[in-house]
Amino acid sequence: MNNNVIVIGGGPCGLEASAQLHKMGYNVILIEKDDHLGGHLAKWDRLFPEGIPAKELLDQLTGNINGVKYFLKTEVKSINLLDKEYNVILSNGITILAQAVLMASGFDLFPAQKKEEYGYGIYDHVITNADLENYFKTGKDCRIKQNPQRIGFVHCVGSRDEKAGNRYCSKVCCATAVKQACEVKEAFPDAQVYCFYMDLRMFGRGYEDLYLKAQRDCGVRFIRGRVSEVAEDLNKQLVVKAEDTLSGKPIKVTLDLLVLMSGMTNCSAGTRIAEMLSLKRDEDGFFTCKDTIFSLQESDKSGVFYAGACTGPKTLPDTLHEARAAALAINNYIKNKE
Amino acid sequence: MATFGYSLTPSSRIDLCKFNQEKWNRLVELESDVLKCMACGSCTASCTAGKFTRTSLRSAILYIQNGQEKQALELVQSCLLCGKCFMVCPRAINTRNLLLSINKIYSVK
Repeated sequence: MNNNVIVIGGGPCGLEASAQLHKMGYNVILIEKDDHLGGHLAKWDRLFPEGIPAKELLDQLTGNINGVKYFLKTEVKSINLLDKEYNVILSNGITILAQAVLMASGFDLFPAQKKEEYGYGIYDHVITNADLENYFKTGKDCRIKQNPQRIGFVHCVGSRDEKAGNRYCSKVCCATAVKQACEVKEAFPDAQVYCFYMDLRMFGRGYEDLYLKAQRDCGVRFIRGRVSEVAEDLNKQLVVKAEDTLSGKPIKVTLDLLVLMSGMTNCSAGTRIAEMLSLKRDEDGFFTCKDTIFSLQESDKSGVFYAGACTGPKTLPDTLHEARAAALAINNYIKNKE
Repeated sequence: MATFGYSLTPSSRIDLCKFNQEKWNRLVELESDVLKCMACGSCTASCTAGKFTRTSLRSAILYIQNGQEKQALELVQSCLLCGKCFMVCPRAINTRNLLLSINKIYSVK
């Protein structure tokens, strides 16, 4: 019997799971559709709550996969179960027989242009959380003016929204928004920063401190109300409307920059592979785990495992825990088979 | 009666015991959507009438649940039924129907 395990997705989840499986003695083959490893992490600048550089974590993760075979710019062309092994044909022509398959396909960011009323791609100064990270990383974005005076963040873009087809909370955007609100204040000390939120879900260790920092050190104004619409005035500034639900009054503010906190949706490339295996998905589009408490890493198909955001929005620490748990689950499964 | 130059004003405290369960049940039967509101304020923010007269479906629901029916009615009776709030509601509540039902049930003394 061969010793092959296929890991689909070269983001932090796939990298950590590959490293762990490799240490256990498996022959790991990691498949990544992009031309680089690291997924969204490679495009991010700093990580909440402490603001650790994303690159530090990425270097650590990639440093640990020595000995793992990985293919970039490669997709799964077909995958099917032959007796007790999975036969996987890759877009580069290679065919692999594997004992187990780990879906570490992660998430796609919700396409903010779908919420047309917020004007992403229509107005000049509307960007997303990912665009802002890219700006912090590269210092370049023509949509961000020299010295913006008023900057707003819209929480829950494409999350908690039946109209967008996503009823669920994307979990990480609150902490990301508060982190970015602080960073943007540090970058533009003269600016007043506003966060439009419905509920602030600062559940993790250190997140509440981040919230306090935003209030006390950065003077961020938190406005409890969902932004209902955005318009552009003649000066290309953005007129944002919401209700300040705490005072019970409609509110408007004119901004120089608006940042939309795009939520998470299941990765489309991952779901395409899942369809070849007829893997179950929940109403929210994410994969269905074998159960929701005890066997989060197992799918409804024997030999196919899940880790990370392909089973719902997750923070990075959650994702890395799941990557390790999946390595253990795969090890148990293969040992049982032998 | 001797006057002392001051009078007592009625308490402004919300009394949850004034909540009318029977009317609420009728409202829920007609419009179960009322249970879905998460008080985000999108309806109030987009309200055409709200710029001029205080109009707020979100607040009306809260007032009803707090037993303040009169105040709730005041907030919905200025509605123009334009339907903008229906477009923006993230929980897809049929706001116009709900407004009309509130008016119907709570207008009755």
